Amino acid sequence: MGFTTSQHAFAAALLDPGSVLPEGVTSARGAADPLRFAVYRNNVFVSLVRALAQRFPVTERLVGEEFFRGMARTYAADRKPASPLMFEYGGDFPDFVASFPPAAGLPYLADVARIEAVWTDAYHAADAPPLGVTALAAIPPDRLAASRLVPHPSAGLVRSAHPAGSIWAGHRDDPVMPPASWVPETVLVVRPEMNVNVHALPAADAAFAAALLAGASLGEASGASSDVSDFDFGAALVGLVTLGAFRAIAMGEPQ
Amino acid sequence: MKASERPVAARLPARAGLGLKTEHYEEILSTRPDVGFFEVHAENYMGAGGPPHRWLEAICERYPLSLHGVGLSIGAARPLDQAHLARLRRLVDRYRPASFSEHLAWSTHDEGFLNDLLPLPYTPETLDRVVEHVDQTQQALGRRMLLENPSTYVLFAESTIDEIDFLDTVAERAGCGLLLDVNNVMVSAVNHRLDPFAYIDRFPLQRVGEIHLAGYDETVDAAGDRLLIDAHGSPVRTDVMALYRHTLVRGGPLPTLIEWDNDVPDFANLFAEAHRADAILAVEIARRSAPRAA
Amino acid sequence: MNRSTLALALAGSLTTALATAVYAAPVTADYMSGKEKCYGVALKGQNDCAAGPGTTCAGTSTMDYQGNAWKAVPAGTCTGMNVDGHMGSLEPKSM
Repeated sequence: MGFTTSQHAFAAALLDPGSVLPEGVTSARGAADPLRFAVYRNNVFVSLVRALAQRFPVTERLVGEEFFRGMARTYAADRKPASPLMFEYGGDFPDFVASFPPAAGLPYLADVARIEAVWTDAYHAADAPPLGVTALAAIPPDRLAASRLVPHPSAGLVRSAHPAGSIWAGHRDDPVMPPASWVPETVLVVRPEMNVNVHALPAADAAFAAALLAGASLGEASGASSDVSDFDFGAALVGLVTLGAFRAIAMGEPQ
Repeated sequence: MKASERPVAARLPARAGLGLKTEHYEEILSTRPDVGFFEVHAENYMGAGGPPHRWLEAICERYPLSLHGVGLSIGAARPLDQAHLARLRRLVDRYRPASFSEHLAWSTHDEGFLNDLLPLPYTPETLDRVVEHVDQTQQALGRRMLLENPSTYVLFAESTIDEIDFLDTVAERAGCGLLLDVNNVMVSAVNHRLDPFAYIDRFPLQRVGEIHLAGYDETVDAAGDRLLIDAHGSPVRTDVMALYRHTLVRGGPLPTLIEWDNDVPDFANLFAEAHRADAILAVEIARRSAPRAA
Repeated sequence: MNRSTLALALAGSLTTALATAVYAAPVTADYMSGKEKCYGVALKGQNDCAAGPGTTCAGTSTMDYQGNAWKAVPAGTCTGMNVDGHMGSLEPKSM
């Protein structure tokens, strides 16, 4: 049996607990020992579940350890890390949570997991000085509408139909704090310096923030919010820049 | 301080070093304990930025660094991941560690990264592949690496080469050094009914650039035979310390890392482990420098 | 609104805001001490080379976790929360 074939058989047996031990795996006694092989099998799954628990601690807390392990184990059965960087593992775990039938009674759970996923991304993102508000004043008025803002490398947005940000914040530490009111929240996660900050944005700014972070021009993003009552272009823009959501201005043509 | 200005130890000192745990960052920077060097797992510092780099830079300004890869999958039948090699190169360029080491194991397959150090059979075919992969790694990094002996729980019927001969030949053909994990020697020797002291006696210690020590767990297999697990969650066991002492007597004082990755103790207890190894190192250094009795 | 009116409106709004801005505070305060303040929180490294706890537990079978056969219900801190004014169902929804 060639190297590639035997390694393939080893991996296949490792990932399928129902399978027999791979051919050619032995022990000092001669015969293969299922418990010895199980050390590898368990280590793969236990370590993957543990990595998810480390990345999604509030999600785990919300559902309890046993439920979380079962959910994570089910996820890991079909999705192995794409790269050896384990802090990246679980990027699509929130989508999995959203579609996991036993968690359907907790419709906010996936959004809390999304906050945790973007939190880790922000933690490891490239460092960059955030754009300061004074730079906004330097944009000539006739070029404002066509200008775009370059998102900060750490910036991530989670738009939730639930108070996901308040739930996340209220379940990180003891005592647990349920959200004060059950309203939709749009959460900006950003790390302008070394500390990851999580902000619940004013509801009127949600569409504007989403458009800007997706690359829309200031005029386009403002237009996307034109029918939002209470939307104040200047306040929203200055606010997002103050939080460190952007890195630079891509100046537009005069109009 | 720019990386190019950072004082770089040409090699690790023949002292006890510690695996750097994030729980201890702050205490290390505040108290500056007398530790020979720190070692980190390379993959934990492959993010683009953020606190991990900020902390590691501060530690590196004060201590020699050993970079220990856990994800390159050198023992895989498949080609090395070039993107991962490039990430390693950037990390080596940035921190200029005194040592870079990786494992004689594989972890990446068609399904993805399996996050465990998996065993391989020792045959002429696997030997060629490992030599090729070590060679590519050293080319990509522009430096010599150390290859670590594994801890294993199973054997392969198709193996035709002894583990020590396998490692010795890889080192000879690829021009790399070896990392001798003494705990792994104990784990594998017990698991495969070999004599760990005889293993050390046959090991090419002149190729060893670093030693690893750790605590193992113990259980039994399906037939009730002793099964040691490379758990890194407890102090170094007495029998491993004895094997370590034996290794130093034969091979001389070597940089020695204490690995403690699970159930990480407070820094004082981890530091005490470094003292245990430093004491054994000191005895060996004194023994070698003492004039021989007439 | 034509282009120049839009430009004027945006510019005017921005000028006002620059003079008065106050904005969303973080939803959580960070309780960091000492060096963490300038170095950031020290998150545990995810890559490791040890056999983790649980490695030797026999019987970690995936069969327990396959799809709808799995009967566990959430039992964490979520149980105290209202969804849309009434308690969220903690029973798995039938698919």
